[in-house]
Amino acid sequence: MDLVNVQVNGVWHKFPKGTRMIEACRQVGALVPHYCYHPKLTSPGNCRMCLVEMGMPPRPTPGQEPEKDEFGMAKIGWMPRPVIACANTVAEGQGIRTEGKLSEECRKGVMELLLINHPLDCPICDQAGECRLQEFSVEHGNGESHFREEKVKKPKNVDIGPRIRLDDERCIMCSRCIRFTAEIADDPVLGFTERGSYTTLAVHPGKRLENNYSLNTVDICPVGALTSNDFRFQMRVWFLKETKSLCTKCGRGCNIEISSRQNEVYRQTPRENNDVNSTWMCDQGRLDFHFVNSDYRLTQPLVKKSNGHHPTTWKLAVNQVAEALRSVKASEIAVIASGRMTNEELYLTHALVKSAGIENYDVVPRTGGGDDYLRADDQNPNSNGVRAIWGTEPGAKLPQIIAGINSGAIKVVLALGENLIKAGLEKAALEKLTFLASSHILANATAELSHVVLPAASYAEKRGSMINVTGRLQRLSKAVNSPGEARDDWEILRDIILAYAGSNGIHSVEDVFKRMAGDVEIFSGLTLARIGELGVQVMETGEKVPLLERERERKAKGIIVG
Amino acid sequence: MATVVVQRPKLKWHEKWFISTLAKGLLITLGHAIAILRGKKKVTMQYPEEKWDANLPDHYRGAPALVTDEHGRERCVSCQLCEFICPPRAITIIPEEIPSTDPWAKVEKRPRLFNIDMIRCIYCGMCEEVCPEQAIFLRKDYAITGLSRAEMVHDKTKLYEIGGVREGLVNKWNELK
Amino acid sequence: MGSFLDSINLAFIIAAAVKIVFFSFMVILPMVAYSVYAERRVSAIIQDRVGPNRTGIPLTLFGGKKDIALAGLIQPLADGLKFFLKEDFTPAHVKKFYYWLAPALVMVPAMMTAAVVPFGSELDLGWLAKLGVEGAWLHKPIKLVIADLNVGPLYIFAIASLGVYGIVLAGWSSNSKYPFLGGVRSTSQMISYEIALGLSIIPVLMIFGDLNLSKIAQYQDKNGWLLLPLWGEGLTFKRLVLWIPIFISFIIFVVAMFAETNRAPFDLPECETELVAGYHTEYSSMKFALFFMGEYAAMIIGSGLAVTLFLGGWSIPFGAPLGLGYVEGATPIWLGLLHIGCFLAKVVCFIIFFIWVRWTLPRFRYDQLMKLGWLVMFELALANVILTAALIVWLPN
Repeated sequence: MDLVNVQVNGVWHKFPKGTRMIEACRQVGALVPHYCYHPKLTSPGNCRMCLVEMGMPPRPTPGQEPEKDEFGMAKIGWMPRPVIACANTVAEGQGIRTEGKLSEECRKGVMELLLINHPLDCPICDQAGECRLQEFSVEHGNGESHFREEKVKKPKNVDIGPRIRLDDERCIMCSRCIRFTAEIADDPVLGFTERGSYTTLAVHPGKRLENNYSLNTVDICPVGALTSNDFRFQMRVWFLKETKSLCTKCGRGCNIEISSRQNEVYRQTPRENNDVNSTWMCDQGRLDFHFVNSDYRLTQPLVKKSNGHHPTTWKLAVNQVAEALRSVKASEIAVIASGRMTNEELYLTHALVKSAGIENYDVVPRTGGGDDYLRADDQNPNSNGVRAIWGTEPGAKLPQIIAGINSGAIKVVLALGENLIKAGLEKAALEKLTFLASSHILANATAELSHVVLPAASYAEKRGSMINVTGRLQRLSKAVNSPGEARDDWEILRDIILAYAGSNGIHSVEDVFKRMAGDVEIFSGLTLARIGELGVQVMETGEKVPLLERERERKAKGIIVG
Repeated sequence: MATVVVQRPKLKWHEKWFISTLAKGLLITLGHAIAILRGKKKVTMQYPEEKWDANLPDHYRGAPALVTDEHGRERCVSCQLCEFICPPRAITIIPEEIPSTDPWAKVEKRPRLFNIDMIRCIYCGMCEEVCPEQAIFLRKDYAITGLSRAEMVHDKTKLYEIGGVREGLVNKWNELK
Repeated sequence: MGSFLDSINLAFIIAAAVKIVFFSFMVILPMVAYSVYAERRVSAIIQDRVGPNRTGIPLTLFGGKKDIALAGLIQPLADGLKFFLKEDFTPAHVKKFYYWLAPALVMVPAMMTAAVVPFGSELDLGWLAKLGVEGAWLHKPIKLVIADLNVGPLYIFAIASLGVYGIVLAGWSSNSKYPFLGGVRSTSQMISYEIALGLSIIPVLMIFGDLNLSKIAQYQDKNGWLLLPLWGEGLTFKRLVLWIPIFISFIIFVVAMFAETNRAPFDLPECETELVAGYHTEYSSMKFALFFMGEYAAMIIGSGLAVTLFLGGWSIPFGAPLGLGYVEGATPIWLGLLHIGCFLAKVVCFIIFFIWVRWTLPRFRYDQLMKLGWLVMFELALANVILTAALIVWLPN
């Protein structure tokens, strides 16, 4: 790769040719404030916030030696006017000054102009606390305005899509959302109307911003112009605790941050991982967290008596399950697990069925809903975990198990995190069973039929690992505590194994992973900590991510930074 | 090392042996006792019967309360800065959107729930200081009592009841923007 | 056997029991409670405050319109009630037996010393005969002292010095550093000042030539108080000269009394700025109250002793010349009651003096306390004994 010498703030550095000036400055720790620039989008250079001072060595007259500075580099002739750092690339011998009178005056001026029509409703605006305009106004702003005229009135509280609200007065015309819808989501419904101070962001007539990736525009909006209907006025962002975790809506395993406060999840936002989801995620996955805060959560282990379910203790409930597993022949037992379980849970399930000699065990497969962007066709987040740990194909034995239950050959069923009614079983068939135990997050029809109901933890309440559709091992983190007495599934399984087969020496989820790493080839040498925030590739599935493919292509062409 | 030479007073023999000093001290305390007994001096205020309310200074920090403006609009827009700044975490706010039918719908946001736990409140006045909307003020109410913990939590109704109307403050929302 | 039964004087026993009940439960204990109240009110007025002035009869509790405040005179009852209702907590790390024993060992000696203090001359119950009560005992006036011992002061010192055991045991059995320090301080302080205390009254006893406190009181009634020798024999030259060692004795006695009762300025065993609460830090509820009451009871008995030895006991000033003196076997009942009142009035004044000193003087440092005790009070008391002896020898009437 060609490297060029560039002086940033008086220090010489080497950068690959073609690096944007803003990226070069960022790499050496000189952050250039910006609004419109986004590494995954084209750079129109319309916010003017990233103006910096630039200079090149003057071309020497023939025969004249170029003047050298103390580092032996040609002396830079500084340009009298600033340039934008986001759309220009570095060149040999170039000098950049991000600090200094010219750059600072420019930023001050741009800030003041941006704030001319911006309403001062930060106490109401949801963006407050993570607003670039607020931050840069504090860092580079003037503190007061020279503007004495009336501010321009623009539409407020505009309904532009089912999940998004637009406040045009807050918009600073960076056009990030327009570029996102056009370049990434291929749904160009946004655009500017009017001119000058009256420039207004709007949806094209008769169109709405309703594609499955629309909420990404809220993430990239540097101000509070686009807000999410779901998160709007729910909680100030400075109260939120961010936990790095995974989306479990589909097999893609998009990296997310779960924002929570006091055991309540308020929102999920994508986290950059250029091997999985770039910096985006779909709206379906993003909004699929409300069940975590649901009133229908199971909070206590329950046993069914003649007059309905009654709360019991974990010990009694688990003992009852173990007793039921012991009471019949292994061939009369079925274990229906879930492809939404973590590797650790799948491993413990496997350990349980092996120690009991159970042959009828499977997960419920789900497919469909894949698109040309991020969503995978496999709706289970950990189907590859089933393949890796169990060595079986998800859904291979399920028809046989269902047939067994319907015929009465199977008398005891342990359902882990799956609603069997939805998996194709009849209520009547389930009622025939001598014993049905199930673990669930929410109350449902299967729980209603179960003899023992075990309350389990949701994805936001547990730690563990999953393998996504491209074969990447990634980590879930605990964002909130489980409600009531609900427990992590791996703890439930461990207790069942303990009650069924005696001590197993497992005390933490790390122990489970350690044991699993010893048993499963692809995990050898790994620990939960070593997976890291971005995951490690453990399988080759050959599956491609369409959105990432296109992003790489554009990056190769130099359209985006990537 | 700097040495400070302390000048001790030179004591006479009777002072050294506590004779005159003892008498002097006893006379001082006796003087105070007699002054009080004769009712010449009065320091203590008999609280529930006598009150100092009229003399409370303007900057007195009593119970925090919410205020409405002269149009009856609740000034609080539920920005939760007071909840954030509150050192003992006495304030709990749950925001909500103002419905479009409301005459002040353009303000967009208001508190659905605004609780101040007066058992926790330390009357520091930070909420008043941080409020960008001039919606919360420390009033002169100081005798905040209750028979249960729940009674000591001031909800929105109670807070507006204590706060009342404050006029002549910055009227940000009365203009168009 | 029969002769033994005969020898028991039933009237004497009943009279003694009545006297015990009257003096210890009707006089000393209420006085303890009201000393605490007085302490709070007096300290308040000295410091320009009000003090407890509210606790009265809570009529509003019974549906009345207003409470009756009574200047807070019900406060001691409320305090007592509070002590009874408080949790009686025994920490896990204490030596339980001694921990429980200690408060009793403080309270009991203080109450026992009351036995020999004459709290009045005598009470003639002859008038009961007019009401139809029969009995030989009616015609013998009752002596107003529980035990008319011939070794009164010695008995008091012997019993009072047992009080230190309570404090030491409390400090030691609490098994905690502050009580321990308090206990140790108390021991050395009490031992140090007991010497001065004992030596200080030797001149007095030399002058009286008697150890019976009743007789001492009677003598003063007849001949003028030791500190006010103005009637009876009158102010002879000998009495005038002897007045000096008596006054010195009185000063030493009072100072030593302060130290013995752990009162300010000698309250080092329980000084809160250094030792939290000293020996009773680990105590609560009634056990703490017993320490508290023991201290005040010791103060009252101390005052009673001082009054009896130096200030004429129950006698009324200029009583003999005014016809208010005691005549053995012929004192009318009203005069007997007046003598009791006179004794109590003197004790109350003395207690107020105790309180007044406490709220005036700052606490001594421990080394100052020891120095004062051993280098000044002890020598002074010893010299005073010799001086008195010499004066008595040189001035035979």
